[in-house]
Amino acid sequence: MPDPMNPAASGHHVRLGSNSGQPMTRRDGAAKVTGTATYAADNRPEGLVHAVFAGASIARGRVTFLDVAAARAHPGVIEIMTPDNRPPLHVNPDEKFHAFAWRTEALQDDTVRYAGQPIAVVIADTLEAATEGARLLAPLYASDPARIGFDQGTRYDPPAVGIGAEADFAKGDLAAGLSAAAQVTETRITTPLQYHNAMEPHAIVAEWTEDRLTLDTPNQAIVMSRNAFAQYFDIPAENVTLRSPYLGGGFGSKAIIVGPQLLAILAARMVQRPVKLVLRRDQMFGPVQHRGATQQVVRLGMEATGRLTALDHHATASTSSFDDFIEPAANASHNLYASPSIRTRHTGVRIDTGTPGSMRAPGEASGSAALECAMDEAAEALGLDPLEFRLRNYAETDPASGKRFSAKALRDCYAQAAARFGWADRPLAPGQMRDEDGLLVGWGMGTCLFPAPMFPARARAVLRADGTAVVETAGADMGQGAWTALAQIAADGVGLPIDKVVFHSGSSDQPDGGVAGGSAHTASAGGALHAAGGDAIRQLAEIAAADPDSPLFGTGNTGVTARDGRLYRSDDDSRSDSYSDIMVRAGLTELTGTGSGARDPANEERRAMFSHGAVFAEVKIDPELFQIRVTRMVGAFAAGRIINPHLATSQLTGGMIWGLSFALHEEGVHDLRTGRAMNADLAGYHVPVNADAPSVEAILVDETDPYVNALGIKGVGEIGITGTVGAIANAVWHATGKRVSSFPIHIDALMG
Amino acid sequence: MNLFDYIRPATLPEAIAAGARPGASYLAGGTALLDLMKIGVAHPGQVVDISRLPGLDRIERLDDGAIRIGALVRNADLARDPGFAAACPAVAEALLSGASAQVRNAATLAGNLMQHTRCAYFQDPHSACNRRNAGAGCDAIGGETRGHAVLGWSDACIATHPSDFAVPLVALDAVVEIAGPDGPRDMPLADFYALPDATTPGGVTLAPGELITALRLPPEAAGFAANARYVKLRERTSFAFALVSAAAMLRIEDDRIAAARVALGGVAARPWRSSAAEAALIGATPGTDIFETAADLMVKGAAASGDNGFKIALARRITTRALTLAAAGTPARMPALPASVFAPVTGTASHA
Ligand SMILES: Cc1cc2nc3c(=O)[nH]c(=O)nc-3n(C[C@H](O)[C@H](O)[C@H](O)COP(=O)(O)OP(=O)(O)OC[C@H]3O[C@@H](n4cnc5c(N)ncnc54)[C@H](O)[C@@H]3O)c2cc1C
Ligand code: SF4
Repeated sequence: MPDPMNPAASGHHVRLGSNSGQPMTRRDGAAKVTGTATYAADNRPEGLVHAVFAGASIARGRVTFLDVAAARAHPGVIEIMTPDNRPPLHVNPDEKFHAFAWRTEALQDDTVRYAGQPIAVVIADTLEAATEGARLLAPLYASDPARIGFDQGTRYDPPAVGIGAEADFAKGDLAAGLSAAAQVTETRITTPLQYHNAMEPHAIVAEWTEDRLTLDTPNQAIVMSRNAFAQYFDIPAENVTLRSPYLGGGFGSKAIIVGPQLLAILAARMVQRPVKLVLRRDQMFGPVQHRGATQQVVRLGMEATGRLTALDHHATASTSSFDDFIEPAANASHNLYASPSIRTRHTGVRIDTGTPGSMRAPGEASGSAALECAMDEAAEALGLDPLEFRLRNYAETDPASGKRFSAKALRDCYAQAAARFGWADRPLAPGQMRDEDGLLVGWGMGTCLFPAPMFPARARAVLRADGTAVVETAGADMGQGAWTALAQIAADGVGLPIDKVVFHSGSSDQPDGGVAGGSAHTASAGGALHAAGGDAIRQLAEIAAADPDSPLFGTGNTGVTARDGRLYRSDDDSRSDSYSDIMVRAGLTELTGTGSGARDPANEERRAMFSHGAVFAEVKIDPELFQIRVTRMVGAFAAGRIINPHLATSQLTGGMIWGLSFALHEEGVHDLRTGRAMNADLAGYHVPVNADAPSVEAILVDETDPYVNALGIKGVGEIGITGTVGAIANAVWHATGKRVSSFPIHIDALMG
Repeated sequence: MNLFDYIRPATLPEAIAAGARPGASYLAGGTALLDLMKIGVAHPGQVVDISRLPGLDRIERLDDGAIRIGALVRNADLARDPGFAAACPAVAEALLSGASAQVRNAATLAGNLMQHTRCAYFQDPHSACNRRNAGAGCDAIGGETRGHAVLGWSDACIATHPSDFAVPLVALDAVVEIAGPDGPRDMPLADFYALPDATTPGGVTLAPGELITALRLPPEAAGFAANARYVKLRERTSFAFALVSAAAMLRIEDDRIAAARVALGGVAARPWRSSAAEAALIGATPGTDIFETAADLMVKGAAASGDNGFKIALARRITTRALTLAAAGTPARMPALPASVFAPVTGTASHA
């Protein structure tokens, strides 16, 4: 595999001594646009064969017959894998053996739990032959009625929501808060099933060599998944190599092991050849997770002054019939607005779909949509400007825990975005603005909030006697720019310009880079890289301090500063020594440091840690035909230290466009009778095109967070969605006077 | 995808011979056919690639003033042909409102006219569909029907024809030139798309081996060039099929409407015209009242075929809109968002 990530020096981006903070363009950009970046499905090991799974066309029941003979007779077909002959798995795919294990479908039996579930795998010389073989299986079923939609599903009280989050929460006396309120509003919002639909479908190339397994598959949690794959196949973790240098988008759908990956590995074992399995777009509407649908009710109680007295958020969310992932939507109301009483609750509804999972801002996105719509409605009821209403309920401490925030520059976000947008000119009443062509114009806003978690991550930094360094962590670049931002941090960690640093990432051979999720990757893996560099520099400094031939001899406690390949005495810049001189004199060719990304547990205990932001949106709506266009969005975000403003801005604007997509476009449509997805392609499952987002701007607001982690980094990957959905719906109200009750907002919802 | 023979005939007679064999399908740009093959809706035994047949890629002005467009002319080339766009601006606008630039670069005139309905149940091989399988029934009825027909449907089929291009063409009385084993024939485009009746689903039927060689626009088509618009309503600003659309073309003489052509897209199995609506416009002074009268006549007899009653009101409103825009005059330049309701009346690019 070529290594397009470490081409000959491209140092013109670099300002000496400081890599972080520079707006470097993506280092993998040239490789991607010239087609040399190797995505999983681009791998073609010697002897490769192709696997295609047949998906169930019913949503519930049993497979009673597969025409294996017909499929086998098709030219090029090598083998058919069914529950009757599939090789064993060490872990029952219905077992949840760790927190990130979902119950999956890997041909463990003949039951069908949702439409699109794999029911057999055809392995053939070509993709076409395998595809046709799968069609020829022409399954017969004993089917039971599909349960799709909130009315047909079974309701239950989930023990937990999201991944291990609390399902119910209460603070203060809600009943008292409501009865003390001068006004109470109730807002009902439904959100549909949404499918991640990363541009790159889930893909895997699996190759066995004896009991060693090599996997090329896009993955957001490389070492964790490597370990889990090893467990499924009962081999030592070091026998599995998982390579994932590039992901064509993940959005949460590529962190958890899914059935089709296990099936490809089983197929490779069965035919003793390397196997490639790539999902078709329509196959991504089932076995590879989605965002569950929600029905939400938000009740707000307010004093006449506009202060909240009560916040009650109840979310009902869909999950599969056989596993639990409840979109933790109501939890979005925990940490944003200061209310003396807050209650959040969740109800689950079991329906015949695949199991949902984390989809970019899981819970935060759908929950914020309802909360921000509710806040707008409350502001209207009070006759207050929506921004003013939010300021009157500004939380100085975390409403849920009472803790102080590690940093919260939300006021600045409001002020900067509002000024840039021109919010001050907004008429309070709806339906007041028209543009020169007679289109209805509306302005709306929403607050953005996203937690700043960290995942355990480790890294290694190796200084070399030639004055370069190799740094490694198994990071995941989903397009967000990890190849670039992590390398910038790593270069700072070893005190070298970035073109003197070789960065290895994206493979399970490297130290665990943690999970690229929760908007925590830069903080976690970056923290580890910086610490590893610091560890190497510390060792180098000790060698220099003990070396009589070094200008730094005897430096001891005064310490040194690493900069541009040299160590300088902290108290005397004129005394310095180069890394290579120190190492050559010590007879070293390499010097290795290690580190992990972590947060001071004491800070975790005492502080609430979040990124904040505010989004303002303008919509224009045709007054008769009601087509909606978001003509302008301005967001401002405070997310601690920004490693790369260029990449951070693209994450934030991308998040805002995702919010637009949520508000106006995305919707997995299932036939209520059969359970099948009826828009399982990108012609039917809409996301915005460029013309839908003509003007999107993200302002980076300065924020120093001394508590969140050593580098002061918070996340920017998901927060842009929050706030935006509500801002758009609120702008639609401001243009038309109509409150919407479901997303996406359709033309017919505004007619009448 | 099934195994198939790939045949690339060198001449029209060879193409007709190859296409007449059972299970043969013509391949032009492939943007529609290949998708259907991949999702298991089409399984041709022979794919007859006509994309390199000679002589079918010309745009000609005939002696009588008619315009003749070869079957293989690419959608993008036709829309950007200065002579054609000047003569038939609403057709160019409709073309440019369809699909994406990439699809239009590949898609051909005949392929566009022949494209199948986007009914999700037609595209799902596991659903019953009279169009795919005569007599099987129609699973769309009672299902997800937001985009389905509100005019001219029957219980046999409630699908719409998805082409934008065909909408102004039907309004302009375009004629399809067909070649086949029994020689050439002409057919008005409107008749080319059969409406469903009580038992049969409608759609296009060509005899085995028949193929479209050209499309002809009669000489009077160019007479509407000064007042011709296409408007397309969709929930995404671009790259989406129409929820409803309308082509409106007027010939205005001495401030009165001398001739009028109106057609609706997205509402029926064929672009929908109403002779009553067009007759009502003739002789009238252009204005909202008469446009609304015409719009009412356009949707006369409309009925929801499912959860799509709202489309009737939209069809009426978009007719009025298209007529209003047409009366205001064809913009000097193609709007940056062709056919969009966000393109301003004047056609200048203030919303681009
Ligand atoms: C994502 C997407 C979005 C789209 N959006 C729109 C839209 O908004 N508006 C719109 O109008 N269209 C839209 N289209 C459809 C597009 O216009 C058609 O795919 C295209 O016009 C088909 O042309 P083609 O040459 O590629 O046809 P092909 O795929 O080659 O053929 C299509 C059909 O026509 C038959 N055929 C081809 N040539 C002849 C001939 N000469 N005689 C007889 N039969 C023939 C083929 O056998 C086949 O059945 C969209 C398509 C896609 C994929
Ligand atoms: S509406 Fe027509 S195309 Fe759609 S399923 Fe019914 S018969 Fe088939």
